[in-house]
Amino acid sequence: MHSLAFDISHSLAGTLVLISFMMLYQDRLYSLFNVFALHAVVLAASVAWQAMIQNAPHLYVTAAIALVFKAIVIPVALHRIIRQLGIHRDIETVVGIGPTMLAGMGLVALSMVIMLRVTAEADALAREDLAFALSVVLLSLLVMVTRRNAVSQVVGFMSLENGLVLAATGAKGMPLVVEISVAFSILIAFIVIGIFLFRIRERFDSVDVGDLDRSRGERG
Amino acid sequence: MTATAFDAVYGVLLIPIGSAALLALLPGYRLTARLNVVASLATFIAALLLLVLPRPAAGAYVLVDDLNIVFVVLNSFVGFTTSLFSASYIAHELQTGRLTPAYLRFYHAMYQVMMFGMNLAFVSNNIGLMWVAVEVATLTTVLMVGIYRTHAALEAAWKYFILGSVGIAFALFGTILVYMAALPVIGEGNDAMVWTLLIERAREFDTGLLNVAFVFLFLGYGTKVGLAPLHAWLPDAHAEGPTPISAVLSGLLLNVALYALLRFKMLLAANPEALAPGTLMVTMGLGSLLFAAFMLYRRRDIKRLFAYSSIEHMGIIVFAFGMGGPLANFAGLLHMVMHSLTKSAIFFAVGHITQIKGTQQISEIRGLTETHPALGWGLVVGVAAIAGLPPLGIFMSEFLVVSSTFARQPWLAMVLVVGLLVAFGALMLRLTSVAFGEPRGSTQPAQASYVPMFAHLALVLVAGVYLPAPIVAWFQHVAQLLG
Repeated sequence: MHSLAFDISHSLAGTLVLISFMMLYQDRLYSLFNVFALHAVVLAASVAWQAMIQNAPHLYVTAAIALVFKAIVIPVALHRIIRQLGIHRDIETVVGIGPTMLAGMGLVALSMVIMLRVTAEADALAREDLAFALSVVLLSLLVMVTRRNAVSQVVGFMSLENGLVLAATGAKGMPLVVEISVAFSILIAFIVIGIFLFRIRERFDSVDVGDLDRSRGERG
Repeated sequence: MTATAFDAVYGVLLIPIGSAALLALLPGYRLTARLNVVASLATFIAALLLLVLPRPAAGAYVLVDDLNIVFVVLNSFVGFTTSLFSASYIAHELQTGRLTPAYLRFYHAMYQVMMFGMNLAFVSNNIGLMWVAVEVATLTTVLMVGIYRTHAALEAAWKYFILGSVGIAFALFGTILVYMAALPVIGEGNDAMVWTLLIERAREFDTGLLNVAFVFLFLGYGTKVGLAPLHAWLPDAHAEGPTPISAVLSGLLLNVALYALLRFKMLLAANPEALAPGTLMVTMGLGSLLFAAFMLYRRRDIKRLFAYSSIEHMGIIVFAFGMGGPLANFAGLLHMVMHSLTKSAIFFAVGHITQIKGTQQISEIRGLTETHPALGWGLVVGVAAIAGLPPLGIFMSEFLVVSSTFARQPWLAMVLVVGLLVAFGALMLRLTSVAFGEPRGSTQPAQASYVPMFAHLALVLVAGVYLPAPIVAWFQHVAQLLG
């Protein structure tokens, strides 16, 4: 029999996984930002809940960062950048939505199998949290791999970081969580400013090693 | 007396970060380039002091032991010589207008931040702090790779960043899992992240968690080491960034990631029931070696050529540590040191060569030994060393890896030898076309600083001919530690 505390944190983490799935099928940048904002809000709620049940007030800082910075500041800034730079608003995907969703399900199944098996002796809360966190991390990686726009890759990176924060807050009493989330926020701010300054207007075709090789006359 | 040794640790950390702040504020590239050299020299001296001063006891954040002293000294030495090379390289870049003074200020500040990150990663005793430090070092290099702001440079930096962030994610996840494994044994809080405490009680940890943690850490830090399926960022980052950064990337940053990996491998080795990390490391190491060896033949860009050679050598090193045992570990350590020195020396030469010729295409560079004897012969010696010719240092470490493998796993040794020979052939093929034959391209005289290059090559030669007994004893002791 699980307690209420467990149920709530469990369902918040589960929601985060579902929202990660939602990211996979967005084909417009604006809607991707909205989904990401939602992702950050749920993360904030989840972290705040962990702060309460673990009696760890410092985690409220992380929750506040997630809420203010990631759910509000970053999406607004990205909206403005897109408008000012005139970036394409459609997202080009490498693979179709169907296969991507199937791959996503496979990844979630994989993370459940791995994490639930090896953490059999850890306490139930941390266990499921870790499994969900790994799912979020893997789904975000999938977003980064299947998108070609630099901006949507950044969104993928930010949701990946949300997954890591979820894992870190789930591990009871883990030190440096707040510092890590602050560091990540600074990093993200740099990236967003970097997109703007360097005018990464269009896309990098992929993160495939072949492209630059070709452009430098190394192949074919 | 303990206080003094702590001072040296602080010196290694505070000198770079303090001078980074100073360099960011000061105008004028002549001044900042010199200051960069002075700061790097001061860091090197502080690192040498670590050798002679009594060591501090391991604290919650800082640890100085036999293993990391080697790396701190090597790191700050190569950091110092590279700053010397960088000063003359940068002057040329400024003349040709590829970089502006404002970017140089940024460049020098970032150089010191990177040195800080690497030194912090070496001396940190806290696995969380170590992660942060490796990330700091990585991200500063991302910024520096993109500094030319050409399309290719930005794309290389972006690719590096994206793959680096995958590494970041996996390494942090692995770190969290190690904490989770330690939680029931050591208890909540900072103690469960202190490496010296972790290794004392590693045998009580939950083995399942520890195994999965290591897989994540291996993939995460392995991305930064440049192991085969995760290496895609490495050639681009080397080719598109300024050459001093290629030198520190190959010579130092790969070592930092590998060092982090070694620390966790020791943790796993301390738990008798955990999976043996050897198989994973041997497979990935051999895979990287073979892959890179064959890829070497298809390279047309000289910086890319040596970037693939770095993948090859990281493969050999990971293979050696994967084999384990005192002899293979000894060879792995020696190879790390020799590779750092040789590869950065090669990049020093390559940096000046590409500046003179104005191109990185191998086909455009010929007959260097005739037109620029010092650079040309320097490159010849460097490539001979990296290809593993006697009597240079890498020959000795490769010989040790091969012979220790032959004694235990003859088949693996065969594969290893094939990889080494294939790579050797590729490097010799390219070297003959670049160094000898009819000169091609610009023949303007070089304004090079030869001291760093020849200092490194001399060290590699001396190590190949005669390794002093105290150093051998030290390495043997560290090899024992690595289990």
